[in-house]
Amino acid sequence: MSLLKLRNLSVEFATAGGGFRAVDQVDLDVAPGEILAIVGESGSGKSVSMLAAMGLLPWTATVTADEMSFDGRDLRAMSGRARRRLVGRDMAMIFQEPMSSLNPCFTVGFQVKEALRQHLDLNRRARHARAVELFEMVGIPDPEKRLGNFPHQMSGGMNQRVMIAIAIACKPRLLIADEPTTALDVTIQAQILDLLVSLQRETGMALILITHDMGVVAETAERVSVQYAGQKVEEQRVEGLFDTPHHPYTAALLAALPERATERRLPTIPGVVPGQFDRPEGCLFSPRCRFADETCRRVPPPVQGRELGLARCHYPITSDARRKESAS
Amino acid sequence: MTGTASEPVVVAKALGRDYSVGGGLFSRPATVRAVAGTSFELYPGRTLAVVGESGCGKSTLARMVTLIEEPTAGALSIDGHAAIPANWAGLRESVQIVFQDPYGSLNLRQRVGAILEEPLKINRKDMSASARAEKAREMMRLVGLRPEHYDRYPHMFSGGQRQRIAVARALMLEPKVLVLDEPVSALDLSIQSQILNLLLDLQERLGLAYLFISHDLSVVRHVADDLIVMYLGRPVETGPKDAVFAAPRHPYTKALLSATPSADPAGRRERIKLEGELPSPLAVPPGCPFAPRCWKAQPRCRAERPELQGAPHPAACFFPEA
Amino acid sequence: MADASSQIASTVPTSRPGRLSEFWRYFKENRGAVIGLYIFAAFVLIALGADILAPYDPTAQNRAATLVPPVWQEGGSWSFPLGTDPLGRDMLSRLLHGARYSFFVGIVVVVVASFGGILIGLVAGFAPRWLDTIIMRLMDIILAFPSLLLALVLVAILGPSLTNAMIAIALVLQPHYVRLTRASVINERTKDYVTSARVAGAGRLRLMFITVLPNCLAPIIVQAALSFSTAILDAAALGFLGMGAQPPTPEWGTMLAEAREFILRAWWVVTFPGLAILVTVLAINLMGDGLRDALDPKLKRS
Repeated sequence: MSLLKLRNLSVEFATAGGGFRAVDQVDLDVAPGEILAIVGESGSGKSVSMLAAMGLLPWTATVTADEMSFDGRDLRAMSGRARRRLVGRDMAMIFQEPMSSLNPCFTVGFQVKEALRQHLDLNRRARHARAVELFEMVGIPDPEKRLGNFPHQMSGGMNQRVMIAIAIACKPRLLIADEPTTALDVTIQAQILDLLVSLQRETGMALILITHDMGVVAETAERVSVQYAGQKVEEQRVEGLFDTPHHPYTAALLAALPERATERRLPTIPGVVPGQFDRPEGCLFSPRCRFADETCRRVPPPVQGRELGLARCHYPITSDARRKESAS
Repeated sequence: MTGTASEPVVVAKALGRDYSVGGGLFSRPATVRAVAGTSFELYPGRTLAVVGESGCGKSTLARMVTLIEEPTAGALSIDGHAAIPANWAGLRESVQIVFQDPYGSLNLRQRVGAILEEPLKINRKDMSASARAEKAREMMRLVGLRPEHYDRYPHMFSGGQRQRIAVARALMLEPKVLVLDEPVSALDLSIQSQILNLLLDLQERLGLAYLFISHDLSVVRHVADDLIVMYLGRPVETGPKDAVFAAPRHPYTKALLSATPSADPAGRRERIKLEGELPSPLAVPPGCPFAPRCWKAQPRCRAERPELQGAPHPAACFFPEA
Repeated sequence: MADASSQIASTVPTSRPGRLSEFWRYFKENRGAVIGLYIFAAFVLIALGADILAPYDPTAQNRAATLVPPVWQEGGSWSFPLGTDPLGRDMLSRLLHGARYSFFVGIVVVVVASFGGILIGLVAGFAPRWLDTIIMRLMDIILAFPSLLLALVLVAILGPSLTNAMIAIALVLQPHYVRLTRASVINERTKDYVTSARVAGAGRLRLMFITVLPNCLAPIIVQAALSFSTAILDAAALGFLGMGAQPPTPEWGTMLAEAREFILRAWWVVTFPGLAILVTVLAINLMGDGLRDALDPKLKRS
């Protein structure tokens, strides 16, 4: 039984230049207590699909889905009020920029307690105690004193910890972390990732990690979904993905990592991600794919079976093909 | 590639830069030591990477080498001439810079052609307009832009193409040194490799010296020849890339390497977890600046500042790793 | 939400609509702005073609027909569609010619104020701290006065006339441009493209006028549109107080002042100039809002 279930989710934005499809036929399942990573470059729709699930998109967006449920409850049929109660309590989200996610006018303590007041029935003293406890959980030293700080008085790493404290305040069952460490330094990133993983283990919540950093994925995720130009192109367990990617995009992306380079010239992916005005007809990756043929350019590819990583590709890379390649 | 036998193009000796901050009408300004005691030599055809986290002074270092800011201590010489403000105008052509954010580093009101020709317009006043345009077109070919891009505005380009424009502009004056301030950090992975390849190609072809500033160790590992690791404005370890990556001597270098996530799920390992965060540059601790976060710190570390020294490559630590 | 929108904005395709068509699309979205634009265009046409459009000379007095009501009221006639004033001058002709004065005031004031303001603002933005402080405190002092009062004082010193009123209004409006320009200059100066121009060896003048200024223009254009209406309003107010255009000039504010005593007997002599001012100012403000929406990327949706 999956906790969050999305079937055929599409999000279209009304822009000045006509409709723009940011998310296209995405399926997603998150089981309770698992860590799923959604990887993709900018414009792959990885944040947008999660914002759609949270119901946090602006009015210019049109969300359609065959199924969109959390813990068996249909998110689409839910009233705005019921959905708001769910979001923030059972589903929480943290963002890339901790500084701009916190309100600079209020102390961080106030903001944590506000989250508690919204969703839980606690009196003032209990809220304070819980806030202190939360700060201890996320590793903020001297919590009593820090509660009175304003966001600008703390570093980016500390603010991200506060954001995490707010997100886990009501013991959510699903935490969505949208590029939680991109704005942070490497050593702080390591701290925050460790914190997220250990919190996930302690509380048993599910964690969706949205990132573009393959290193972060490899070190934290259990299952990975790769998105390209709004579509999910592949989904696998993390070991399999890094070992035997089935979609040519995933393979090319991994090959382009400098740390996997075998020679001075890195393998590249030519071209750029298609935008609003140059969306290809068939496979979205076909203009950049080195295996693409006429079929790829004309016919949208099917989704392959689980043994092929659900690759959205006419010619997924199989282990046979791989062997042939390495032999030649 | 040219070896170390040739003359260095940039020589920095104990370079330092202080800022005074605050200091309104009624308060005394505080001094921030953004960079201190940084020495290096940069050779043609080679890449020196400066690595560190935010606030380590790497961007200030870049601004000093590109002659935007005057060092407050030490000496800098470029191409054999002392880089003092009186000489700046003459040395401008030797050092150019490429910034991290290709969206902010191009003037959105200029066409690509004008962006590329501006350095020539300023520095080669006797050059004819047609010669300038010819040179711009040649440079566009070199960095992989199409000729029809000449008349377009930057907002019509993607991030990777903008970064190509930025590189082309930096090369218009045929500099000897290119300062690359996080040139691929803002780019997507698939674009990043294109730009890195371009930079490596250009270096081979033109014999450029790169001062490569980055926080991303996997990129640095790929492009650098030599390395300076900085912490709070001071170099803590320097040396050839391979030596530093293979056997980091300073605990901070070691922690940095350990914290960098590697794209290999099989190789998940225990990370060295650094306690705490970077101290404010306004209150740099006495003694070793890294001591408050170091797991090996002794009383001596907190009292005395270690010098950059030792073999096989120098590190600023009293108790370096073996 | 910022995150979602940045995700979309960053998928910039290589073939994007041009700058002008994009501007028009954003502008068009604001219906009020488009209506404002049409009214403003009509206003400009009237100002330019007043000589041809007006049936009479605006100062010609027709002693036989004083205070004739508008055509739809009893006693009105088609020879004076909007009636006549106490001296028997045709209201319609005077209003059409009044548009010319208002337009003239608006243009001159905006040009003078923005030119001076942008120049001072640029200097302040690039100046060392002490000069910047002096300039900005000076501007603060000007802003501290109620603007109409300051204009009145200036006109009182210079002597009442339309030219002096324009000078006074321009002086009063100038600090807004200075502050706006300085703020955007300081904001732009920290950007990488300015640094890269410095690395290329650009001198201070080049940095100011060629590198930075074009990037600061969007908010200034909006301010110019909005202060166009302020200028018309202030000129009318000065005219009404007898400190602006002098009779028999058919300036709207002056017309109001002249007709004050006939308010109860002949409503049209005050109502029409008042309406003219109202409609013009409203139209320009609506248009200015649309400009702001279209030019200011911070407010852009999607």
